[in-house]
Amino acid sequence: MNVGLGHYLVVSALLFALGLFGVIARRNLLVIYMSLELMLNAANLALVAFSRFTNNLDGQILVFFVITVAAAEVSVGLALIVALYRKRRSAHVEDLTAMKL
Amino acid sequence: MTLTEGMDQVFVLLKHWLVGLAGPHWQPLLSDLISVAALIATFATLFAVTTLLERKGLGRMQNRFGPNRVGPCGVLQPLADGVKALIKEDIVPSGADKVMHFFAPLVLVVPVFLALAVIPVGRNMAALDLDSGVLFFFAVGAATELSVFMAGWSSRNKYSLLGAMRAVAQMISYEVPLILSAIAVIMIAGSLSTVEIVKAQAGYSGVIPHWYVLTPWGFAAFILFMIAAMAESNRAPFDLPEGESEIIAGYYTEYSGFKFALFFLGEYVGMFAVSGMAVTLFLGGWHAPFSFLTWVPSWLWFFAKLIALICVFIWVRGTLPRLRLDQLMNFAWKFMLPMALLDMLAAGLWHFIPAVSARWLVCSALVLGAYAMLARGLIQGRKVAKRTYQYAE
Amino acid sequence: MQDILFYIFAYLALQFGFLVVANPFSRNPVTSAMFLVLTIASLAGLFVLLHAFFLAAVQVLVYAGAVMVLFLFVIMLLDLRAEERERLRTFEVVAGLISAGAILFIFLATLVHSPPGIQQSPTAEGGTIALGRLLFSHYLLPFEIVSVLLLVAMVGVVLLSKKNLK
Repeated sequence: MNVGLGHYLVVSALLFALGLFGVIARRNLLVIYMSLELMLNAANLALVAFSRFTNNLDGQILVFFVITVAAAEVSVGLALIVALYRKRRSAHVEDLTAMKL
Repeated sequence: MTLTEGMDQVFVLLKHWLVGLAGPHWQPLLSDLISVAALIATFATLFAVTTLLERKGLGRMQNRFGPNRVGPCGVLQPLADGVKALIKEDIVPSGADKVMHFFAPLVLVVPVFLALAVIPVGRNMAALDLDSGVLFFFAVGAATELSVFMAGWSSRNKYSLLGAMRAVAQMISYEVPLILSAIAVIMIAGSLSTVEIVKAQAGYSGVIPHWYVLTPWGFAAFILFMIAAMAESNRAPFDLPEGESEIIAGYYTEYSGFKFALFFLGEYVGMFAVSGMAVTLFLGGWHAPFSFLTWVPSWLWFFAKLIALICVFIWVRGTLPRLRLDQLMNFAWKFMLPMALLDMLAAGLWHFIPAVSARWLVCSALVLGAYAMLARGLIQGRKVAKRTYQYAE
Repeated sequence: MQDILFYIFAYLALQFGFLVVANPFSRNPVTSAMFLVLTIASLAGLFVLLHAFFLAAVQVLVYAGAVMVLFLFVIMLLDLRAEERERLRTFEVVAGLISAGAILFIFLATLVHSPPGIQQSPTAEGGTIALGRLLFSHYLLPFEIVSVLLLVAMVGVVLLSKKNLK
């Protein structure tokens, strides 16, 4: 059976689900962040596959932008994590409960 | 085919002949295998020669002999070193992350050989002619940072971790001017393919070749590239990650035996790769330096230039003392980065100004002006006086 | 050949991705980061199979080279000794499984009920030249905006990482 668009989309969906699971189940901020990256990458894979199979490069341009924005997002997010760590001495989500009653 | 052409293409013809011996089904695979084997053999040999050259040369610069016991004049020293590395005990610290500790040297060595693949070492002699070869080179080179981190973190040793932190900070900082100075060449050549970039530097005006290093922006970019390359390959004067007088040996403190030798190999082959890239980008690749010397085989020219650049590395190592970390960072972000950006601007102006004399004038003025201003900014507020010694007098 | 490579890379990407989020042997963020690098490398392999050569190189350069090194640097900066003992809690695992399963169900149900109609042979080539032409003609404005975004992020990061904000 030839590998077609569907195969790539299944892989992408599985990766996305894995990333989502990581975001919800893990409690270390850094690992949550990595799971987010996993989800972004899954979306990238779907976009590249669509672009290849519809003979349209727009999808790849979008991936290019996603990678750029992801780089910016990671740098800001990590700076936030470092700032938080300086205040709280922890990178765990359950220690960040200042807004809780 | 004349004799000079035959000499020029001798390795290409040899490979074609060898590939022709196999059945048609195996030919692509065999062709790749021969390229890989040739690449590894050549640069591993060059590694052995370079270690000897470095130890002898450094010895002379420091007024001593260097290795002179093994073989005539010590020429068999690399062999002895290799045997020593092989038979030494391989020690892994009990607290170490064993898997990562094992993989760190491999993550260093494999990518640097991969990076060599895109460099054209002669006419028709690029192992891998990629559409975006320069991008591939820098993408693969990024793995060295991971390797340094893996080595430093997995050893569970404070000196290793300190060395790794220094190395990663230094490599991130100097990767920016490294890539930006390469971008100036990419802009002018109009291609990311290394073969195309070498082709763009073909031809001579009179006897002078059209190399990019012979233009104002190209010269500045070449100097920036070489400085950043020294920092990327952790060589003196940028060797604080392994500064033996402060943090023992940095990220490979806990490595011994053959793994240490692999780190050593990776560092040197990384140096060859980045020097080869400098030759490709700025020094015309395998083109002869004068039009009347084109009869010399092209691969000979490439390796001559490569060894010349390696000698520069050794010379700089023998000359300059190690930088401090704050000096290193200031130099990267306050001098190299703005200089590289202005150099890109100069390259753009070079492309758009039609008159030859005008473009020389404008680009030289821009580069020299930027250099003067930035150097003054870097020096400013610093008292430069003769060092006084309290006890050493 | 291509199909075999697809299955190899897809398996590797999913396996490493699983080890990023739920490594049964180690809860250490460093291990997760290392496996994320491997996931990204496998995805770059898939990109090559899709003839997106430029994006594959950019993926490795930006993600494995810059983003992951940043992650590792932050891990080195923070003292995360306590994080190694993190246990997964049942409630969170169940919640994660349910939501991940739900979204997977939606994706797969969509795929099954409306299979991608385009079964023509794949044609688009993601070469540097083609992408560059598109990027600097049709997508020039977004490209410039992204550069401004990067600048904003840079300024923000520098401001955030100042030790004593005034």
